[in-house]
Amino acid sequence: MRRTVFPHRLLPWLLLAPQLAITLIFFYWPAAQAFRQSMLKEDPFGLSSTFVGLANFRKVLSDPNYLNSVQVTAVFSASVAFLAMSIALFLAVQAEKIIRGKGFYRTLMIWPYAVAPAIAGMLWLFMFNPSFGTLARPLRVMGINWNPLLNADHAMILIIAAATWKQISYNFLFFVAGLQAIPRSLLEAAAIDGASRRHSFWTITFPLLAPTTFFLLVVNTVYALFDTFGIIHAVTGGGPGKATETLVYKVYNDGFVNLIMGESAAQSVILMVIVIALTAFQFRFIERRVHYG
Amino acid sequence: MKKTALWCAGLMAALPLSAHAATEISWWHAMTGANAEVVTKIASDFNASQSEYELKPVFKGTYPETLNAGIAAFRAGQAPDIMQVFDVGTGVMMGAKGAIKPVAEVLKEGGQTFDKSQYLAGIVGYYSTPEGEMLSFPYNSSSPILYYNKDIFAKAGLDVDNPPKTWAEVWAAARKIKESGAATCGYTSTWLTWIHTENFAAWNNVSWATNENGLAGVPELKIDGPLFVKHFHELADLAKEGVFVYGGRTSEAKQNFTSGECGILTESSGGLGDIVKSGMNYGIGQLPYDETAAGAPQNTTPGGASLWVMGGKSDEVYKGVAAFFAYLSKTEVQQFLHEQSGYLPVTMAAYEATKASGFYEKNPAREVPILQMSGKPPTENSKGVRAPNLPQLRDIQNEEYEKMLAGQQDAATALKNAAERGNAAIRDLTGG
Repeated sequence: MRRTVFPHRLLPWLLLAPQLAITLIFFYWPAAQAFRQSMLKEDPFGLSSTFVGLANFRKVLSDPNYLNSVQVTAVFSASVAFLAMSIALFLAVQAEKIIRGKGFYRTLMIWPYAVAPAIAGMLWLFMFNPSFGTLARPLRVMGINWNPLLNADHAMILIIAAATWKQISYNFLFFVAGLQAIPRSLLEAAAIDGASRRHSFWTITFPLLAPTTFFLLVVNTVYALFDTFGIIHAVTGGGPGKATETLVYKVYNDGFVNLIMGESAAQSVILMVIVIALTAFQFRFIERRVHYG
Repeated sequence: MKKTALWCAGLMAALPLSAHAATEISWWHAMTGANAEVVTKIASDFNASQSEYELKPVFKGTYPETLNAGIAAFRAGQAPDIMQVFDVGTGVMMGAKGAIKPVAEVLKEGGQTFDKSQYLAGIVGYYSTPEGEMLSFPYNSSSPILYYNKDIFAKAGLDVDNPPKTWAEVWAAARKIKESGAATCGYTSTWLTWIHTENFAAWNNVSWATNENGLAGVPELKIDGPLFVKHFHELADLAKEGVFVYGGRTSEAKQNFTSGECGILTESSGGLGDIVKSGMNYGIGQLPYDETAAGAPQNTTPGGASLWVMGGKSDEVYKGVAAFFAYLSKTEVQQFLHEQSGYLPVTMAAYEATKASGFYEKNPAREVPILQMSGKPPTENSKGVRAPNLPQLRDIQNEEYEKMLAGQQDAATALKNAAERGNAAIRDLTGG
């Protein structure tokens, strides 16, 4: 490989500077601030602050509410990532089969992605609000005592559905692209050999989609962990009880509603560590088993 | 082209010189809709009334968002001059000694006379120190009242002109509404924390917490007392029967009422606007009390928000703030605020003037919260509640109440948990 040689030593740094500045100001600086604050016990106005070392972390990690939040997050993220990806894959495969109106169908599928999380949350809230929701009434008629305001499982189902619905489009887009990259000849050869459609999907299409699936797994996990705040905020606000309080929501609630700055900062540092670990794990261990075409 | 640009630049440079040198005063607020128009009107009227100061109101989002914005701005050394903070944030502001400047001090230094006796005692008392120094200026105050749907009452065979006065009567009426099929839900309520816990305690003259409910020192919650347990036990029973429907932690339940789903609602007097707008045939009554409580009904406590003056500003700014508060206390301004926004007047004179104008004969609902709040001189149980972390305490209570209403625990357990968890959180904060 030929190395590009810049005429001046300063030029590459100059070209990199804007990106570096953005990274430093918007990522490293806040992260450093979070680290600093996680070691302090402070009143909301920052009038008095005492260094408490790792006391905030000890308190957070021994708080049963925090452990509950970890559990809620695990259930929520795993469900959203799995459902959003499997439904999107199913729809992408079905969309491939259509001959007429492919573009139209695909465009419709992509639309929900353009909806802001808070708006998506409101949409689902309006459909499933126990008192005025248009879809809550049929559920009642069917004999289901639908009440996400008090029933923890119903609340969880509702936010999973809303978060999944919003992410399907994105996954769909990538799966469609992934499917188009699979050589026709392989599938035709399998058909000639007498493989059933289902068989050729699991033995040819699915393994060849692995890079896409892996990429989406990372993206979806991060999405479920971080980008679903708006939906949870709009639909359940973490309730009932603490049944839908994910880790990110708890950071917000403790820091910005309850004004416990130190513990909230400690939680965001823990989150940072979780994300770094998760990404590293996915790239080290799962990626090895992925065959890039 | 170049000439025009130059000309523009010249004009821009000249502008600050031509503008009159009025001192700018920033006011961050959280008012929306009709109430935001009231803020704008008051500010522009104040600016027109004098030329030394220019008041600039800035909308900063919901109550918690405004508080957070103010805190963040203070930490960055960019705090506004005046900040509107909701009742729940009062304890937080009071704890921030160096960040704020007491309103009584601002008024005195600004050369304005401040006569406490002119103000409604119940409201001003809530925003003062135990020693009686007024810390913030009560801008918008409200109190919980009872609303009922007259059409549903008629259908259920209930007395349309006599709303239930006690909780026992509310439960009976609510059951009748459900049983007769007049509506699917008998009763609903917004804010279980503010109405059924804090105001329930004051109205029935029982202690919400030690140290005069936290007004005189660090509070220890007493919300697991027998009267609370009895009340929440009854509420949980109604929920089980489907007579009481839970709407949510804040004011969501208003919708269950305006949609005709529920026959009776307890809500803030400030919620009247939406109920009027829905066009329903509604009636209004006092907040119900528990007839087994001695001395009930006592008085209710104010909700709403007050204006805090931030510390570290110039004397010029404080003079302007003092002038604005003096203007805001004027009878005609208070009367305008009261009649337009539905919030309570803060001066006796404004109340008397509104009464004399015949406003209450046309709008009886507007007087109910005032009578409730100042009907009796407050006791140590009914001056209000204060805690350094009231938002967190309410959060904890909501969680426990929701578990109770879902049938996961009984009322006694819910209240015991709420008190214990709340007290642990208070100890944590105060290092006790």
